[in-house]
Amino acid sequence: MLEVKQLRKTFGPIEAVRGVSFTAEKGEVLGFLGPNGAGKTTTMRMITGFLPPTSGTAVVNGHDVLQAPVAAKSQIGYLPEQAPAYDSMTVTAFLLFVAEVRGIRGAERKRVVEEAIKRCHLERVRNQSVHTLSKGYRQRACFAQAILHDPPILIMDEPTDGLDPNQKFTVRQMIKEMAAEKTIIISTHILEEVDAVCSRAIIISNGEIVANDTPEELKKKSESGRLDDVFRMLTVGKESDRND
Amino acid sequence: MTSVRNCFTVFKRELKSYFESPVAYVFMVVFLVLTGFLTFAVTSFYERRVADLQPFFFWHPWVYLLLIPAATMGLWAEERRTGTIELLLTMPVTLLQAIMGKFLAAWLFILIGLAMTLPIVFTAVHLGNPDMGVVVSGYVGSILLAGSYVAVGMLTSAMSRSQVISFVLALVICLLLVIAGWPPVTGLFKWAPAWLVDGVASFSFMPHFESIQRGVLDIRDIAYYASVMIFMVFATHVVLENRKSA
Repeated sequence: MLEVKQLRKTFGPIEAVRGVSFTAEKGEVLGFLGPNGAGKTTTMRMITGFLPPTSGTAVVNGHDVLQAPVAAKSQIGYLPEQAPAYDSMTVTAFLLFVAEVRGIRGAERKRVVEEAIKRCHLERVRNQSVHTLSKGYRQRACFAQAILHDPPILIMDEPTDGLDPNQKFTVRQMIKEMAAEKTIIISTHILEEVDAVCSRAIIISNGEIVANDTPEELKKKSESGRLDDVFRMLTVGKESDRND
Repeated sequence: MTSVRNCFTVFKRELKSYFESPVAYVFMVVFLVLTGFLTFAVTSFYERRVADLQPFFFWHPWVYLLLIPAATMGLWAEERRTGTIELLLTMPVTLLQAIMGKFLAAWLFILIGLAMTLPIVFTAVHLGNPDMGVVVSGYVGSILLAGSYVAVGMLTSAMSRSQVISFVLALVICLLLVIAGWPPVTGLFKWAPAWLVDGVASFSFMPHFESIQRGVLDIRDIAYYASVMIFMVFATHVVLENRKSA
């Protein structure tokens, strides 16, 4: 379970995130929606302990990210935007490294890496260096990194960005497979994704939450009953010209 | 115990990454050729007809000045450029463990290069009867000096995403730390009060390096290098804590 309490982040004069609060339970797939620059990535970076919040905090399965950062981080699997991975390593070596940092040792380490490789369909590229991978494989290698320690909470920043339709389908399939036993948060600005995988959606605009409901309820807010229109209605005009 | 293990995990990956790219091999070859050339051709190792390693160690501050910033410029800059820092710092390791792992890996990498210069000791032993105490303390001095350069390079690497900026900054800082106590430079300040010149010089790598080269392993010189390294490690910590993004 994840509780986000009044998270705020300012960069100099810019208020990127202004008091975001929500909770997410086990079994939920929470879609984090918003236009580019709305504060999605910054919020996720604060939850995962990468950026210190200006104020507020997040509690991950009972561990406060500010008070007990290491314990909180061990509960989370995180797929950052752009799927970063160590370029010079092979896929297998990269996953073995991540498993070791996650405190998994010995035979168990080999087992979780094999399982993650199988689950993310990486067998074909397992001995290739990361920098030779196509975008789709790279994304999946980073996805494997996020799930190999079987985290109760999975946070993914635009997991299907830049993938072709088949790859998008595969990634969504993997998310659905894990949905029942985890708390999952995915950020996206692709609305079809919300319909495809999310059980609840939060729309964030200009650093604030403007809607928090099931996709069905959200659709009712617009006469047309389409998510696109709701999204536009809630976010247009609130955008400022700042960067992500 | 976990903190040592985490540190060691980061350390292993970092050290391996040197050897996964051509960087390690280019570095080693250039380091050995350059020190060899300078020792034998410029400071006339043979012609001096003295069996010691003074002409060899004499060059270390200058060779390190060029090569260590190149070996350390990627430590954090590369992680920040490719975004892997976001992976590393969202895993259950503390920032200090990550910093120490990287620092020790880069330092050991330089020491592997230094270990490859050992044949020059055999040469000196073969030709005469060098004072082994001085040779050992020469190596100890060089190891400590290398650690200090690595620590400076790591700090500048954390400051920017650009490896070029990191390289130039590290080179300038190390150069200042070298020449502030280098006799040809301190000699220019004869008009200044001696306490001032000596005070500034004592911050420099050079007087400490030279006293160890003479075979005097003074605890104060060792403490000086240790404090430079500790300072740089904590400065790196502060810089990385306060970064605004990846």
